[in-house]
Amino acid sequence: MDVAIVFLPLVGAILAGFFGRSLGDRGAQLVTSGGLVLAALFSIIVFFDVALGGNARTTELFTWIDSGAFELSWALRVDTLTAIMFCVVTIVSAIVHIYSIGYMSEDKSIPRFMAYLSLFTFFMLMLVSADNFVQMFFGWEGVGLASYLLIGFWYEKPSANAAAIKAFLVNRVGDVGFALGIAGAFLLFGAVQFDVVFGLVEGQADASVSIFGIEAHALTAICLLLFVGAMGKSAQLGLHTWLPDAMEGPTPVSALIHAATMVTAGVFMLCRLSPMFEYAPVALEVVTYVGAATALFAATVGLTQTDIKRVIAYSTCSQLGYMFFAIGVSAYSAAMFHLMTHAFFKALLFLGAGSVIHAMHHEQDMRKMGGLYNKIPVTYALMWIGSLALVGFGIPGVTGFAGFYSKDIVIEAAYAAESAAGGFAFWIGIVAALLTAFYSFRLLFMTFHGRPADQHAYEHAHESPRVMVWPLYVLAIGAVLAGAVFYPYFVGDAREAFWGNSLLVLHDIIEEAHHVPFWVKAAPMVVTVIGIALAWLFYIMAPSLPGLLAERLRPLYLFSFNKWYFDELYDRIFVRPAFHLGRSLWKSGDGALIDGLGPDGVASVTRNLAARAGKLQSGYLYHYAFAMMIGVVLLITWYMFRTMG
Amino acid sequence: MSIGADIVAALPELFLAGTAIILLMLGVFMRDISTRSIGLLAVAALAFAGALIYLGDGRGTVAFNGLFLNDGFGDFMKVLVLIGAALTIVMALRGLEQEQMNQFEFPVLLVLATVGMLMMISANDLISLYMGLELQSLALYVVAAFRRDSLRSSEAGLKYFVLGSLASGMLLYGMSMVYGFTGSTSFDVLAQVFASQEDAPSIGLIVGIVFIAAGLAFKISAVPFHMWTPDVYEGAPTPVTAFLAAAPKVAAMALLVRVLMGPFGDLVAQWQQIVVFIALASMLLGSFAAIVQSNIKRLMAYSSIGHVGFALVGLAAGSEAGVRGVAVYMAIYLFMTVGVFAVILAMRVNGRAVEAMDDLKGLSKTNPLMALAMAALMFSMAGIPPLAGFFGKFYVFMAAVEAGLFELAVIGVLASVVAAYYYLRIVKVMYFDEPVEAFDKPVGSELASVLAISTLVIVLFVLIPGPIVDGAATAAEALTSAGR
Repeated sequence: MDVAIVFLPLVGAILAGFFGRSLGDRGAQLVTSGGLVLAALFSIIVFFDVALGGNARTTELFTWIDSGAFELSWALRVDTLTAIMFCVVTIVSAIVHIYSIGYMSEDKSIPRFMAYLSLFTFFMLMLVSADNFVQMFFGWEGVGLASYLLIGFWYEKPSANAAAIKAFLVNRVGDVGFALGIAGAFLLFGAVQFDVVFGLVEGQADASVSIFGIEAHALTAICLLLFVGAMGKSAQLGLHTWLPDAMEGPTPVSALIHAATMVTAGVFMLCRLSPMFEYAPVALEVVTYVGAATALFAATVGLTQTDIKRVIAYSTCSQLGYMFFAIGVSAYSAAMFHLMTHAFFKALLFLGAGSVIHAMHHEQDMRKMGGLYNKIPVTYALMWIGSLALVGFGIPGVTGFAGFYSKDIVIEAAYAAESAAGGFAFWIGIVAALLTAFYSFRLLFMTFHGRPADQHAYEHAHESPRVMVWPLYVLAIGAVLAGAVFYPYFVGDAREAFWGNSLLVLHDIIEEAHHVPFWVKAAPMVVTVIGIALAWLFYIMAPSLPGLLAERLRPLYLFSFNKWYFDELYDRIFVRPAFHLGRSLWKSGDGALIDGLGPDGVASVTRNLAARAGKLQSGYLYHYAFAMMIGVVLLITWYMFRTMG
Repeated sequence: MSIGADIVAALPELFLAGTAIILLMLGVFMRDISTRSIGLLAVAALAFAGALIYLGDGRGTVAFNGLFLNDGFGDFMKVLVLIGAALTIVMALRGLEQEQMNQFEFPVLLVLATVGMLMMISANDLISLYMGLELQSLALYVVAAFRRDSLRSSEAGLKYFVLGSLASGMLLYGMSMVYGFTGSTSFDVLAQVFASQEDAPSIGLIVGIVFIAAGLAFKISAVPFHMWTPDVYEGAPTPVTAFLAAAPKVAAMALLVRVLMGPFGDLVAQWQQIVVFIALASMLLGSFAAIVQSNIKRLMAYSSIGHVGFALVGLAAGSEAGVRGVAVYMAIYLFMTVGVFAVILAMRVNGRAVEAMDDLKGLSKTNPLMALAMAALMFSMAGIPPLAGFFGKFYVFMAAVEAGLFELAVIGVLASVVAAYYYLRIVKVMYFDEPVEAFDKPVGSELASVLAISTLVIVLFVLIPGPIVDGAATAAEALTSAGR
């Protein structure tokens, strides 16, 4: 069954990709969506079996590489962590597949799109079920490829191509870190299988390694390198610039890849490697700081963006920051919990946004929307649910939306860590919660309330077809219930039996998080309500206020609006010098030097030699005889010198 | 050993020699017998001689007081020579009629040359070596100048004769030096002398070896003794060129291998340098000079120089694997060359022979089958797998690498890359250029069948390598175990 889950999407991708022409649009949609729905059903069964039944296992497929001391197999490692990811990935993917049938109905290359989606799902499942570093890297690169293909799906659009290339290149930076981390792990442990490595970690906890003459704690160095990989894929501060641009892809892609699954690969990887990170406290501290900084940074940028998808993209970035600082304080289970609930409500928000965009005929600028609530009431209600889940709305001690449970446990864990990093993360978590509430409801109010900015578009707005709405209901159920239902298992009393051996925590932070003061538990809720109120004030009560404020605090506004000038900075520091270097290497290095001495040079020398060799043949008999004699003389002379000397 | 046993040992050679005389008589006294009939009889005689070699069990027998040797190596090479000679005579039949050089002496001379080649291969003494070599050469000088009324043909024959005489002189001089320093011309005695010698051979002996090697290198047209090749190939009538390029090359190479590996087998360290040098020079010159050629016969001359260089790489290894490589290479070379010359002989427009590369333009459209066969031959010549030419190169380069001659192998591979250019250019000309005037049809059953046979051998080699590779292995084993 594990094998079926992983390979059904691949089969779908191959069928739709290579035989899409003969299958037709409908056939391609059926094979891919059908495969995914089946995989999702299997995943749920596996989840019950593995996570709740405690039946973790590894299925060996076949030997992949057997070279000297380096030996590894294709194997599917299914434990609780993998089972959760299986469920999240296949369910969201199945929903997105079905949704895409409606959303992409007017596109002219539907089979290609469905094939890419299924291919992505296959790689993602490969990543989460890997039992060794190399297989994980295979999945890791595979999702990167699928992401590239899907961002650039509309390849006629130059902006989509640019975004795809950018995503690919920025991810390369992270991937180099990841690859070096893998190499480091192999160097230190002599193996790449997770089981073997994890068994050796404790013995190597104090090993050190010399990097460029500097003695460093080996495990910390490896973990930091691996974290660089996670930063790239999960769009953490510094390597986040590709994520907002990735919104150039079709909206279902944004929902699946850039919200629910691929971007959480970094979080998953760190959780999977918890036995290593636990012995590298310094690395964990770095993770905390980076995660917290990202949470705040992205939330501030989200405040001022006007593109509906970009707002949600920055929100994703910010929520990923939450997950990372949860990992940083060893609350892996809380991070996974937030990952799971986030997948549901963020996919819901994206697909809801897609529904809005669909209704507005591919208009993404929120300033041109407004008052849509009575035109597309179902979408409106679903967006409410998604937003409430995102801001973590709920009544402490009673119940709440999914995000309420997961975000609170993350923030509480940060407080309970009682370290400088933990405190930093806690306060940032609170501030970011306020900002999250504000920008989420800003989005909601700007889109659905107020006066329509564009009367014509408003009148033509229409509710999406059923094939697009129904999947959203499933997600909405998840966004409402996932928190309450799974709380006991993920971070509640049943957590030890639930997680089994899939996570290693040296110091049970979750237990402490349950015993934090009441004000800590209440604080996120309080700031959330304040945030919502502020949004209401700014965008319903006094719509002139935002403009006024932006005028007054112009530098701050611009700073946020321009995304802290990261893109401009990178452009100046990396992109332009790289272009310059590339151009000069091309012109002088490749053109003049390599081509000159290489292909062109060799060819012209060959021609030259050939012409000369041809001229040797003079046609005169005595020349020929002379050549023969000279040949003999040369040979004999050479022997004379050799024997004499 | 009784005279009867001697005759049995040399039966194929004696039979062919007798046949040549009989054919000559037939031609002289039966006025109305056609050249074609004589030619066909000659081919039948060659086939019969081949059967005699195949059936004869004279392995390792020495005859005529040690002058003549029969062994597995000789058998393999002789069969190759006979196949080459037979196929080229078949091809020549129609060419002779078309070129108005329809004289019965032609097949007779070729049979005599073949007898010489067989004797060369079986030589076990410097004197019998020289005998065979001269018999072969004299016959070939005559056929090269067979079109007496053509200036080019006469010039080619004359050049070949003068330079060949020079080479013979060198050979004889070298032999006399060797005789002077060892006191014997017998291969067996020479081998014993060198095997028992403790210290390095004297400089005089080395001079002798260099001269012998030079004389033989002339026959295989290795650089720098190759100068005659392009001129003679171009000038001689095409049927003669086809013959020159095939059987005599195999025979001369076999002779060179036998002399160097046999009597001089213990002096590998001395002659290896010479062979490496001429192999390198031949490969490089063959590859580079061919690029600028536009006449396809001249191109084939440089091509054969290059191929000889590649085969010598195997000899340079000086090992059993090397000899096997040479034997495989020469066998494959023989079929490739015969095939290509079948195409060249078919290059006739309006009853006139053409030999420029441009005349092949668009052959794929005017004669797709012939173009396909030619393309297969060219790819094989360039050494592209899975065609036979690749394996020929593979065996010799493997032997060189095993013997530690890495530089030689690397340069050889590079040279074959350069050579690939002009082979593939012919394919390009045939397939991608606009067609020019089509060749005359039909090309004749002789040419078609020879072309088909050689192409099949080249293409099917990868599936059925046994006959050539196993035969070559047996030959190499016989030579190296007999010589030591």
